[in-house]
Amino acid sequence: MNETLHLLVVDDEVGMRLAVERALRHLTVSLPDLPNDIDFRVSQAESGEAALALIESDPPDLILLDYKLPGISGLDVLTALQARKLDTLVVMITAYASLETAVQATKSGAFDFLAKPFTPDELRATVQKITQHCMLQREASKLAEERRQIRFEFLSVLAHELKSPLAAVEGNLFILRDHMAGDAIQDYDHLVNRSILRLEGMKKLIFDLLDLTRIESGQKKRTLQEVDLCAAARQAIETHGAMAAEKGVAIAFEGPESLRMQADAGELEMIFNNLISNAVKYNKDDGKVTVALSDLGPVVAIAVRDTGIGMTQAEVARLFSEFTRIKNRKTINILGSGLGLSILKRVSHFYGGQVQVESEPDQGSTFTITLQKEPAPLLPATEHVATVVQTS
Amino acid sequence: MTTKKKILIVEDDIDQLDHLAMILKADGYEVISAQGQTEGEEAILTAIPDLAILDLMMENMDSGFVLCHQIKHLYPETPVILLTAVRSETGVDFSPKSKGSASWIKADVMLDKPIRPEQLRVEVRRLMA
Repeated sequence: MNETLHLLVVDDEVGMRLAVERALRHLTVSLPDLPNDIDFRVSQAESGEAALALIESDPPDLILLDYKLPGISGLDVLTALQARKLDTLVVMITAYASLETAVQATKSGAFDFLAKPFTPDELRATVQKITQHCMLQREASKLAEERRQIRFEFLSVLAHELKSPLAAVEGNLFILRDHMAGDAIQDYDHLVNRSILRLEGMKKLIFDLLDLTRIESGQKKRTLQEVDLCAAARQAIETHGAMAAEKGVAIAFEGPESLRMQADAGELEMIFNNLISNAVKYNKDDGKVTVALSDLGPVVAIAVRDTGIGMTQAEVARLFSEFTRIKNRKTINILGSGLGLSILKRVSHFYGGQVQVESEPDQGSTFTITLQKEPAPLLPATEHVATVVQTS
Repeated sequence: MTTKKKILIVEDDIDQLDHLAMILKADGYEVISAQGQTEGEEAILTAIPDLAILDLMMENMDSGFVLCHQIKHLYPETPVILLTAVRSETGVDFSPKSKGSASWIKADVMLDKPIRPEQLRVEVRRLMA
């Protein structure tokens, strides 16, 4: 299906207006990035005054504007148009294509020039150029608007997530102030511990947010070099040893002696830390975590299995949205920012990778990440690369 | 002897849920706690609350509105207090009293978070009178 742009030709010579209309009647412009071809609906005005009236009643997308008109000049029309802040693009037509008029018109907002006399082919080439510019501009502002919207939503949810712990701690303080839970100081132990936990959670959210921001802005320096994935995995397992021991959780490693790939050491650490700390946090006491690496040719797979609380299908489906934390009686005392998986998803995307999760309530979850051994240079970030696989 | 009045509290933040429960229990009410919209929906099927206090943003952005509708549908006489931090966060003003939103917000009162115990007591007493 074609998209039709409204083009207004403003010229006091009727022959000129008809020539333009004829030249554009069967013109279609196709642009590489747009699905639709573009054709034109041409309307005419014989004076600046008539043009302004038409701009008011039926705003055009493009205007071919004669510089020299009987009443108000082409420049006056241009100035009036600027004041109305339309996204209309203007091409000035003039027989006196002097440098001076060109500068003046460009200052007033004309996009291009066409010197009289011109051939139909010259006209079509100019219209083609201006159409392309017009469509690209619109596409860009549409994207910018979408980005603003996403940012606004992100910030609203972020504000909510930051306020919740504050409200919780504040509430605890109200109860303390009014001695509502009893007269002995021990009566308040639970409230104090909960307050500490909530503040820690808030701190973690802020740190994760900074990590995520650094990744997204591309400001985090990356050094791709040959690293041994197995060594990185063993290192991360060791790092989480103490935290796991507290819960009696054992972490096992499965995989080859060594597995070499091109990667940034810091990013691998982020991946392992996120996966292993989740597997420990959401585990049962005396549970088990298995970190399994496998070599799949051009791709490596990191699978982290736990014997923890698991998730229902509905919970798995919600897992990958930002700030999603699965809140239920089983997760009350588990710290989390709701950003860990977002970070994981972004980082694995650097390696052309995917994040998958399989989970069963009370049986455990397995998070699998695939990474390319020879990752391509970074492309601009695309949204939501993770695919979610659910098990029944 | 009069039986205790039942208050349903639905809030997804466990600490805030516990606070509200603690405050209202101290005032002699029977409290039914539900953490989140799903638990709230289950709770209203088994008990008829004399008053409901609902958080707005829970599993979904509009969980509170949805629950509020369900409660008013089942128990038209039950007053509902909606708790929200949305107004101060976004500057969007909607309330049961303002012209634009009175028709679709079924709550009797909206309170801005964080909730102060005194303020909560006043509204609860007023609505249960």
